[in-house]
Amino acid sequence: MHNIVPDAAAADPVIRVEGLAKEYRVFDKPEGLAASIRSLFHRTSRVVEALKGVDLTVGRGEFVALLGPNGAGKTTLLKLLSGIITPSRGTARVLGHVPWERADDFRRRFALVMGQRNQLWWDLPAAESFRLHQEIYRMEPARFERIRDELVDLLDVRRLILQPVRELSLGERMKLELVAALLHEPEVLFLDEPTIGLDVVAQHTIHEFLRTVQRQRRMTVVLTTHYMKDVVALCERVVVITRGQILYDGSLAEIVDRFTTHKIVTLDLDEAPDQRRIEAFGFPCEVRGPRVILRIERGRIADVLPQLLRAEGVRDVSVEDVPLEEIVAGLFRSDRRQAETVGAAR
Amino acid sequence: MSGVAGGTRGGSALRGLRTWWTMLVICIEERLVYRGDFALGTLMRFLPIVTQIFLWTAVFSATSRTDIAGYSRNDIVAYYLLTMVTRAFSSMPGLAGGIARSIRDGSVKKFLVQPVDYVSFLLAARVAHKLVYYAVAIAPFALVFFLCRGYFPPPPDAATFAAFVVSLLLSFLLGFFMEAALGMIGFWFMEVSSIVFGYMLVQYLLSGHMFPIDLLAGVPTGLAGVSLADVVRWLPFEYTAYFPAAVWLGKVRGERLLWSLVIEAGWVVVMALACRAAWWRGTRRYSAFGG
Repeated sequence: MHNIVPDAAAADPVIRVEGLAKEYRVFDKPEGLAASIRSLFHRTSRVVEALKGVDLTVGRGEFVALLGPNGAGKTTLLKLLSGIITPSRGTARVLGHVPWERADDFRRRFALVMGQRNQLWWDLPAAESFRLHQEIYRMEPARFERIRDELVDLLDVRRLILQPVRELSLGERMKLELVAALLHEPEVLFLDEPTIGLDVVAQHTIHEFLRTVQRQRRMTVVLTTHYMKDVVALCERVVVITRGQILYDGSLAEIVDRFTTHKIVTLDLDEAPDQRRIEAFGFPCEVRGPRVILRIERGRIADVLPQLLRAEGVRDVSVEDVPLEEIVAGLFRSDRRQAETVGAAR
Repeated sequence: MSGVAGGTRGGSALRGLRTWWTMLVICIEERLVYRGDFALGTLMRFLPIVTQIFLWTAVFSATSRTDIAGYSRNDIVAYYLLTMVTRAFSSMPGLAGGIARSIRDGSVKKFLVQPVDYVSFLLAARVAHKLVYYAVAIAPFALVFFLCRGYFPPPPDAATFAAFVVSLLLSFLLGFFMEAALGMIGFWFMEVSSIVFGYMLVQYLLSGHMFPIDLLAGVPTGLAGVSLADVVRWLPFEYTAYFPAAVWLGKVRGERLLWSLVIEAGWVVVMALACRAAWWRGTRRYSAFGG
């Protein structure tokens, strides 16, 4: 277990979760007509543990990414923290409140954006939905207008707010969803895959926007995502969840240090190397025309690099970390292997 | 703590009302997007009345009687036209199904996360729906009533008219809370359409939509001196169609009228509480089972 709680969290915890677990009872739906009829009278169910006792503390102003494969329990955790569901065991406090008690005092202080489940009214311009939020969250008109204009200008969507939402593109809708969620200046923001399905430009705009607003307001943000770009652009802290448990909790930089043994060295040669030359490198490598990509142990880089540079016909060399996607995928896989070994041992 | 709450209660009630008003205005704007649907639909709804006129003309010509259960042929036609007014208040197309859908597709989550009450929101949406409907439907209604003016007895006195208006407003609330409570069953069953269908059937028979409830006065129940009409009077259904029409036509008067209004108001309270309870228990179940 790698558990590094930053100082900020300890000093002023906004989210404190202890032993939080959630079990679901799912009914097996058998295949075939006969089995379906039988299941009318006797249904077989089993208990799925979506979350198996999670401890987590998040301090004010932190930007935390929840990573994990599908079904790992990320969204379950967000649902628990925003009070949509009640846990099977364990406790949670967000802004001093038990989320699933759903006190209005609590609900006025946070926001949840879940993919494309829109808070915006489909047939009306977003400006109308914003006005409703002004009332629901009891904002003074002057403050409401100031914040709305700020947010709308940051995302450059002023011209869109008077258009019916149904006429907007996915990216435009997502931007307006974010404006709606941030209007009441929530102290805590939960984002469930905010950039899913968006093009690179929209993703970038949303990254810039979230970073700016988060810093300005010292807002606490917890986001789930499958895009490492989101994580690199936004989050200093990464929590990896697999099969309902926290596998890693720490800084993004450390995840690279801790879980990679190699670096990627790319050589650009004069010409595509022949087999003899490839073997001479002495490392596992991938050849793409005149480009050779080597995986070299980190400890040996300092020794090996000068040799490579001296070699004949080398025009350029670059040294990089293993891509984050690969590290995280490796983490997910190693956990699954572990689980399989444990299972086999039983 | 309680002192603070007490001090701000008046202010917070006012805030709640303002929030509700904003919801209403926005719902009206949303409904106006679909105003075209209403105009044609309203006229279509009057078509069955032509069949009713023919049917009851045939019934009365086959008998030597000039009235059935106190209704002349003209009274019957006037009754059907008036139940259309009542139904315009009490019917809630799509309400139960919409609630069940919001539970199934998860859009109900919004009301768990945001500090806004789902039932109040639904009520605002429904008032908006009705107001926009009346604005569009008033012209066809006026036209049909003008063409059929010959069937109506002279208009009622001011007190009866006031009772009629109250019974109509209560029929709106009763229809709303009954169907909303029905929709909340969606928290327990994935699909409520067959339950809604069953409700519609009972509603159709016992509300007076099909014939005046007075016709049931001759139907014995097995209890001495208690007719089916007496039983129906204690159920909520007749207040969503029969009762206001009967008030206008002077079929229910005096003390009985007052008592019927009390029963109607009582059912509104019962259904509003049932709706609340279903929401409360339903959301707890929803939260426990996955969301």
